[in-house]
Amino acid sequence: MAEAVAVAVESLAGVKARAARTVLGQVVLPGEELLLPEQEDAEGPGGAGERPLRLNPGVRSRVRVVCGPGLRRCGDRLLVTKCGRLRHKEPGGGGGGVYWVDSQQKRYVPVKGDHVIGIVIAKSGDIFKVDVGGSEPASLSYLAFEGATKRNRPNVQVGDLIYGQFVVANKDMEPEMVCIDSCGRANGMGVIGQDGLLFKVTLGLIRKLLAPDCEIIQEVGKLYPLEIVFGMNGRIWVKAKTIQQTLILANILEACEHMTTDQRKQIFSRLAER
Amino acid sequence: MKETPLSNCERRFLLRAIEEKKRLDGRQTYDYRNIKISFGTDYGCCIVELGKTRVLGQVSCELVSPKLNRATEGILFFNLELSQMAAPAFEPGRQSDLLVKLNRLLERCLRNSKCIDTESLCVVAGEKVWQIRVDLHLLNHDGNIIDAASIAAIVALCHFRRPDVSVQGDEVTLYTPEERDPVPLSIHHMPICVSFAFFQQGTYLLVDPNEREERVMDGLLVIAMNKHREICTIQSSGGIMLLKDQVLRCSKIAGVKVAEITELIQKALENDQKVRKEGGKFGFAESIANQRITAFKMEKAPVDTSDVGEKAEEIIAEAEPPSEVSVSNPVLWTPGTAQIGEGIENSWGDLEDSEKEDEDEGGSDEAIILDNVKMDTGVDISNIGSQDAPIVLSDSEEEEMIILEPDKSPKKIRTQTIGVKQEKAASKKPMKKRKKKRAVN
Repeated sequence: MAEAVAVAVESLAGVKARAARTVLGQVVLPGEELLLPEQEDAEGPGGAGERPLRLNPGVRSRVRVVCGPGLRRCGDRLLVTKCGRLRHKEPGGGGGGVYWVDSQQKRYVPVKGDHVIGIVIAKSGDIFKVDVGGSEPASLSYLAFEGATKRNRPNVQVGDLIYGQFVVANKDMEPEMVCIDSCGRANGMGVIGQDGLLFKVTLGLIRKLLAPDCEIIQEVGKLYPLEIVFGMNGRIWVKAKTIQQTLILANILEACEHMTTDQRKQIFSRLAER
Repeated sequence: MKETPLSNCERRFLLRAIEEKKRLDGRQTYDYRNIKISFGTDYGCCIVELGKTRVLGQVSCELVSPKLNRATEGILFFNLELSQMAAPAFEPGRQSDLLVKLNRLLERCLRNSKCIDTESLCVVAGEKVWQIRVDLHLLNHDGNIIDAASIAAIVALCHFRRPDVSVQGDEVTLYTPEERDPVPLSIHHMPICVSFAFFQQGTYLLVDPNEREERVMDGLLVIAMNKHREICTIQSSGGIMLLKDQVLRCSKIAGVKVAEITELIQKALENDQKVRKEGGKFGFAESIANQRITAFKMEKAPVDTSDVGEKAEEIIAEAEPPSEVSVSNPVLWTPGTAQIGEGIENSWGDLEDSEKEDEDEGGSDEAIILDNVKMDTGVDISNIGSQDAPIVLSDSEEEEMIILEPDKSPKKIRTQTIGVKQEKAASKKPMKKRKKKRAVN
């Protein structure tokens, strides 16, 4: 039955499912169907119409594949739910690795383990409510700070910025943040200072900036001495010595979204001259 | 959805920056953001961009019976909508305080200033008048909605053309645009709103506040003015006490700004008129530039393709020449079973142990394998250049083969996947495969 539906959808779209490996790095569209390598053997190129009857389907090797954001499993099929570039990460040991779609969006969806910048919107009893840009505010226990005890409460006011990590982020549930790691250390997390500027960029740019050996960050670091915090929820907090420098940094980082490497280098060299 | 709260650090930073006469986007105190006006394909449709704030204006008209107390005047109707698309904090279908305030201000600015001659909208006194409806939609919210909306409204009205009508006795004839050119509305003057934001109890003043500046401001003064420096509306909100000379200074600044904006509007209208007359391309599709996302762009790594062709040829030359396959006419044995060339007999059903079968198979089979190898090298070379179509092409070729000789399909598909895996080792791969095949043979 599922097969019949699949065929109907294919004929409706007029497009055959493409093999995931062949479209790596290319743009995929929502609704598109992808074939994983082991599926290719069976129903891949040319085989979709007349497939030889398999007598012992159990023998087929099963590979563990992780579907990241933008992909969705639907029975046997792998469907694309977001528009963007298909990416793949080779597995460390065995398995099919991770597939995901790199898309450009502004709306953040909490993910367990993400480091984000939140704004405290309320204090209620022993938890803080923190706005992280998701569909609902996250909760943050006042005990989840380094060195905090029942007596020794952290000094957090409404409107303060918090850099923390998600420990609970499930569908349809209130996400929960902490500002300590598993050893109870702050590890850079906690309340962010009172100065500096917070601004928002797209999630794609944040991922780009947080990538290991990102050129932009290295170039920015050469410009002025600065403090900077990136939240996976698209928020950046930056602080330099003067207001002017902070403004310049914020505008450069925002503009990086729509600049090519050459344009960026030009701007950085022009700023360095000053 | 709730509005994103403003953090303490943003508020503090903004106020300190304003004290130092600096703004987030690098503007001066009295600077407007970039204003861009683009027109749709139809008359009376425009998009006004004020920085990132965007308003869509659309004018429509209808013949209705007039109001009883104003039998000879047309009806003007303004409606501003704040959709969720502009900012997630706007709720659909609810009249928020902000929306009521903005709509009221727009009406005062455009209707009460009598900038449009409503008498000329009368067709038959007491019976038929034109109702002009101006719909404004906020597409993106980045502060200063009222200025953008007032510009969009007046631009859309200036751009609008209503169908021509003629009255002969009791008969009213409405002409389509093909019969008679539509007529523009008669507009006396163009009132434009200019907003001033005040900070620190009126110590600091900014023109055209953006969204974050609006959030930290203490008070707002909106002055609607036309280019003759006649004030049409003035409104102060936020509950700050302004001094007389502050208001006077604001009105002077407003005069300058309005003159600039009016000139811009006229230029945009003339430009659109010219393009339409010349039959050039116009409309949103032409005028709104698409913004490209380049953050994801990967630099293309240079691949040395100088001697790939030679290498491929070398490999082909080294390979055993395919034994002459006479691609004779396909022989149709029975309907549905055809044969090309002098192959082996049909072996349906032996799919399970195709490897065993390989040993049994004779020379003609090798020819087909060779064919396959050649095809693969072709695919690889093109893959280095660009990663598209050829694989698909070869697929379709194979599909044909599958129909004819069903027992080949599993094998071929397997070689295909090997090919994909070894994409990088382009030159080595065909050799390897040959070895494999030989081992099998």
